[in-house]
Amino acid sequence: MTSVKRYSPLPGFRLAMGYTLVYLTLIVLIPLAAVGTKTLTMGWEAFWAAVSSPRVVASYQLSFGASLLAAAINVVFGLIFAWVLVRYRFPGKGLIDSLVDLPFALPTAVAGIALATIYSENGPVGKLLEPWGIEIAYTPNGVLLALVFIGLPFVVRTVQPVLGDLEKEVEEAAAGLGASRWQTFLRIILPHIAPALLTGFAMAFARAVGEYGSVIFIAGNVPMVSEITPLLIITKLEQYDYAGATAVASVMLVFSFVLLLIINGLQGWMQNRHAKGA
Amino acid sequence: MSIAIRNISKQFGAFKALDDVSIDVPSGELVALLGPSGCGKTTLLRIIAGLDFADSGQIVLDGDDASARHVRERHVGFVFQHYALFRHMSIADNVAFGLRVKPRRERLAEADIKRRVKRLLELVQLDWLADRYPSQLSGGQRQRIALARALAVDPKVLLLDEPFGALDAKVRKELRRWLRQLHDEIHVTSVFVTHDQEEALEVSDRVVVINKGKVEQIGTPESVYDHPATPFVANFLGSVNLFHGRVEDGHLHVGNDALALGASEGSDGKAVAFVRPHEFDLVPGWDEQGALAARIVRVVSVGPSAQIELAHGDGKLIEVSLGRDAFRLLGLSEGDRVSLRPRHIRVFPTDALAA
Repeated sequence: MTSVKRYSPLPGFRLAMGYTLVYLTLIVLIPLAAVGTKTLTMGWEAFWAAVSSPRVVASYQLSFGASLLAAAINVVFGLIFAWVLVRYRFPGKGLIDSLVDLPFALPTAVAGIALATIYSENGPVGKLLEPWGIEIAYTPNGVLLALVFIGLPFVVRTVQPVLGDLEKEVEEAAAGLGASRWQTFLRIILPHIAPALLTGFAMAFARAVGEYGSVIFIAGNVPMVSEITPLLIITKLEQYDYAGATAVASVMLVFSFVLLLIINGLQGWMQNRHAKGA
Repeated sequence: MSIAIRNISKQFGAFKALDDVSIDVPSGELVALLGPSGCGKTTLLRIIAGLDFADSGQIVLDGDDASARHVRERHVGFVFQHYALFRHMSIADNVAFGLRVKPRRERLAEADIKRRVKRLLELVQLDWLADRYPSQLSGGQRQRIALARALAVDPKVLLLDEPFGALDAKVRKELRRWLRQLHDEIHVTSVFVTHDQEEALEVSDRVVVINKGKVEQIGTPESVYDHPATPFVANFLGSVNLFHGRVEDGHLHVGNDALALGASEGSDGKAVAFVRPHEFDLVPGWDEQGALAARIVRVVSVGPSAQIELAHGDGKLIEVSLGRDAFRLLGLSEGDRVSLRPRHIRVFPTDALAA
């Protein structure tokens, strides 16, 4: 019996997959592997000492804590943003829509300097907050502010299309069955956009963990207080402590990877729940 | 519960969607709003539900003016053309939704909710699907679930917007028969919107024919079919042959032929006449008086009846439908001359057609 060559209805699998793997290897995997191999040149003792000194641990806490908090804040406000952009028609809507992307486009250093100037004690906004005892620039608050700034577009842009997809009729059906607006939001709209919110959260978080440019101008970079991990890595590099730098970087990498994996898993679970067997 | 629609008007910009519409739906009746797309029937249904609001006029539910009431407080069940099921909820949760969002003191115990959901799913004959999700159901099943969900809160009125519009022909036919049976069981006052005249005639107790935002005729399926009040209704319900002619001393003159009219039909002057395809008698030859002289163009003899296409004097096509056996007995074939004698003619003065 001669075998018949089977053609997939979706051609180009091998070619596309090949490019994907080569690309992923060149752009992502090899550089990351370099982090690993450089780290391996240290002994275990030296590695542990490099990644667990109090100053480094404090920076982990700030970097991951502020990133999670900033992503959470962006989930709330990004949702409101997306809501306004999808649901209402108003003059200047197009302008606001494009302003959302500005944190993507702006050089992060520019953003950092601008934020620092405005929120410092003598800045136009900082001056207003000072009598209330609220300090933003050169404190951990400044770090949070910068991370909120750069993370905003992610939640807006992931939630916006999904919210737009929700048919008006579904909400009308809920109202017709006696649900209040709040009940409709909690039981119908929120479950619908939850996977998108989570994606936005994960992206804003990932971006915030790696952010450097905007933060260092506003953070003040006080060791143990407002020093982020990426800055520590740069400091180590400037002192020619390459192994130490990669050691800290690898810890960050593992942390981030695990967190993103959890978020991804959660999201997959959410989506599968509604499409079982479909 | 009865519904009274009083002088409802609604305008979208310059477009008059509804123009002074008044309809009474007695308690327990199943009424069809029938009309071509864009005639305002869905807008009217949404206004009854409280999903849209009229510019003027009243919606009176069970004697109470409900015009200003929110959809939440009107106690109507609404079934959408595209189901509008909650995708992230199981079928049972979909049906239970209306029961679960009630304020705590009115809410049933969870066990009672479960029991009620089960009963409703049995009513729509889909209790075996309780744990599935909407994406796993066929269109017909989804629509029955949507109906069960609407019925869960004991609506006083059931409103259905083209409920079978998105389904294929066979399922459609099954479902509308089933809807009729269901209505005979539970007797909730129902209004459904459709553009399918067959559906309206088959399912409803009464048909409201709407055109361009105005009510053309209200009546039982038989009465609107047999006694259309306007040329629009005659034309819209069922297939029909249209003739332009002149009424003079009790006869309708079409081309060179004169057809006798009943004493009450038509006043003298220009007129349009409608004759349904099954309301003709065929006689071979052109010798018949009071008939249309025509020639057979084409015969399609499939199913219970023969569809015969004929050309009248000036080439105008006439459709005739005749029992297959009766047609065979006549021994006619394509190209033969026949006389067509209408058994029933509806005549309207020409100016009525403009409406």
